[in-house]
Amino acid sequence: MDTLNALLSGFAVALSLQNLFLGFVGVTLGTAVGVLPGVGPALTVALLLPATAGFDPTGALIMFAGIYYGAMFGGSTTSILLNTPGESATIVTAMEGNMMAKRGRAGAALATSAIGSFVAGTIGTVLLTFVSPFAVDVALKFGPAEYFSVMVLAFVTVSAVLGASPARGLAALFLGLTIGLIGLDSQTGQARFTLGIPELLDGLDIVVVAVGLFAVGETLYVATYLNRGSDVIEQMKGSIWMSKEDWKRSWKPWLRGTAFGFPFGCIPAGGAEIPTFLSYATEKKLSKHADEFGKGAIEGVAGPEAANNASASGTLMPLLTLGLPTTATAAIILAAFQQYGLQPGPLLFDTQPELIWGLIASMYIGNVILLALNLPLVGVWVKLLAIPRPLLYAGILIFATMGAYGIRNSWFDLALLYGIGLLGFVMRRYDIPVAPVLVGLILGPLSEQQFRRALAISQGDLSIFVTQPISATVLAITALVVIVPQAWRLVRRMQANAIGHHSPI
Amino acid sequence: MRHHAIGAGFGRALRTALAGLALAGATTLAGAADYKILVPAAPGGGYDQLGRAVQAALQANKLADRVQVNNVAGAGGTIGLAQLINSSKGDGGALMASGKGMVSAVFINKSPVTLSNVTPIARLTGEYEVLVVPASSPLKSMADLVAAYKANPAAVSWAGGFAGGVDQLTAGMIVQAIGGEAGKFNYVAFGSGGEVLAQVLGGHVTVGLGGFNEFAGQIKAGKLRALAVTAPARVKDIDVPTLKEQGINVEFVNWRGIMAAPGISDAQRDELVKAVTQMAKSESWKATLEKNEWVDMLMAGDEFRHYVEAEQKTVFKLVSDLGLVKK
Repeated sequence: MDTLNALLSGFAVALSLQNLFLGFVGVTLGTAVGVLPGVGPALTVALLLPATAGFDPTGALIMFAGIYYGAMFGGSTTSILLNTPGESATIVTAMEGNMMAKRGRAGAALATSAIGSFVAGTIGTVLLTFVSPFAVDVALKFGPAEYFSVMVLAFVTVSAVLGASPARGLAALFLGLTIGLIGLDSQTGQARFTLGIPELLDGLDIVVVAVGLFAVGETLYVATYLNRGSDVIEQMKGSIWMSKEDWKRSWKPWLRGTAFGFPFGCIPAGGAEIPTFLSYATEKKLSKHADEFGKGAIEGVAGPEAANNASASGTLMPLLTLGLPTTATAAIILAAFQQYGLQPGPLLFDTQPELIWGLIASMYIGNVILLALNLPLVGVWVKLLAIPRPLLYAGILIFATMGAYGIRNSWFDLALLYGIGLLGFVMRRYDIPVAPVLVGLILGPLSEQQFRRALAISQGDLSIFVTQPISATVLAITALVVIVPQAWRLVRRMQANAIGHHSPI
Repeated sequence: MRHHAIGAGFGRALRTALAGLALAGATTLAGAADYKILVPAAPGGGYDQLGRAVQAALQANKLADRVQVNNVAGAGGTIGLAQLINSSKGDGGALMASGKGMVSAVFINKSPVTLSNVTPIARLTGEYEVLVVPASSPLKSMADLVAAYKANPAAVSWAGGFAGGVDQLTAGMIVQAIGGEAGKFNYVAFGSGGEVLAQVLGGHVTVGLGGFNEFAGQIKAGKLRALAVTAPARVKDIDVPTLKEQGINVEFVNWRGIMAAPGISDAQRDELVKAVTQMAKSESWKATLEKNEWVDMLMAGDEFRHYVEAEQKTVFKLVSDLGLVKK
């Protein structure tokens, strides 16, 4: 009852004219930066920080949170229509969603991601409201050993994104793991593969690699191979709305995606990427239309899109209750709190109830606004496809270039962007998938650091991974994921053989 | 690997370009003091907060017409340091936010340029480090921690930020002071103060280190126990015993300040020292310190220059002892 009362007073705060307006600005801005590849929520909030120093903290934070989850809504649009992820959390969406668009089902893909985002965002906010204390306790039980085990699970399930040819997929994954080694090792401070170039000391920026592989690589590829002959731009065919069949195939992935996304948002370094991969792998396993995966399966859009939105709500839980930022954007929102002299933590719920509950209430409202912005206006986003291709790709290239340069105003990042773009072009030319490179680049360094931290704490005793209950459970699940499908196939074959023996010739 | 939202940076590039245009248009104004503050880190961090606070305070006190802040992140600040040295030589309006972390990063990253190459203007703020354990930990004081360390050095895991950062420097000094070997203690580096906080709260590590403000909320809430703070004497509003009180002769402050470009004239330098000192004594700066809970550590001009030289020697010895840098 206390929570409900607090939430109601939060609505009173969130529904004030000023906060409603700032929330609206936030989610609209968020959708826009989500749509635009090369501009992200972290940057947008960082840019607005100095400008909002004089604002009322509640209003400003409502706007910042709106930008964050609005970007998760918008990011899918770019992935679906342009095969360039608007956000790193929409890489998976780019695979299935774009294939759907190529088959003339862009409308349904956009709709399932918008409605899925709404469902996940709303459930996520409900969870944020009622489960905060519990989830925080769980998150704290995650030490390095537990993180490493989760990453092992992620690596195993990653095979789902390797594409049609395992050899090519693994080659791409190992490329990602290798370039993930570049930079200072954070445990010992020693430089690895930096070739004496100071710009490489922090490692390759994930933004530069993603934008290079996707945006630049795709642009080069389109310019080289697709500018002559027939027009292959995905045209809008059929309904913008989802069919009954689409709904039937979408609602379970939405809920499962939410179930993956929210807890990952809560754990540090969980982020929005891993749950989208896990959701995608799960949907592929569970779908009755597994053959459609890679060719545009709606489940492969619905699940991951719900996952990334739920993770955005999940991120706010440790941020508000612990002052623990789990993503880049959350880190900047934390800086926003500090700009107003507020330190998020368990005390904040007591000292600033208006702010906290106003912020949470604003997220219910923001999700409704976002659904309105994204569903009826899906047609507007779809019109992006009508932009002549040379202009569109030139625009993408400009955004990609300015985005990469703006990270630290360095020409080196530009050279890197175009070098990686060339690599992306060659990979596309030889049919090597690019998504596993990013998977390797994201998971590789994280898992290495957690592995070494776990061993440092256990003084080199490898058994720490199986003696810690959470870690052992996760590893057991991983083993099941590997063994069960194989065993199932074996059983089926034996049954088939048995039937073969008994049946008369 | 660094995490960013895809494409973080477009708008900043645009803003820099616009600000550049504005600056070019304004140079005709006579007698106007224009400053550029280079922040050698991404927006949101300690250097960024300092750079932007100085920007606001210089403008609020009419000590400058226009102050532009420019973020050049990377390699613990040494990329920004190199940029200041290479492209602003002799420019009396070029400033940079700097601090103890940069002193160490220069050695860790084998930077070809050091803080000896720039012109120190003033130390402004500082933050003390604090050692924390979860409330449920059997360790009640530094004496308990020292006893645990002496019983089995490897079993005590010290969690803090990245290798060679201020947290590891603090831990190394403490280990040396209690007769241990700095290169051989079990330091576990984490990506951010937030991660350290979670690991300590979850009881996954023995002791955590970080800036006092990072842990203050949890200490006040009673979820963390602060064993010691690295201040030379008890600090107002920080109800935690110092290391010295507990017989460990270590004090440590994560200071931050302002440097100017190399090759500027003495007159230019004196003018900057005067402006920054005036700013640091203003009411608005006092309010800024209060709001951010920064400790006032004003030290300007020659005194600060000698301080930076001494800091470089101490830190170099420490990172060498820690085995992070070959002597």
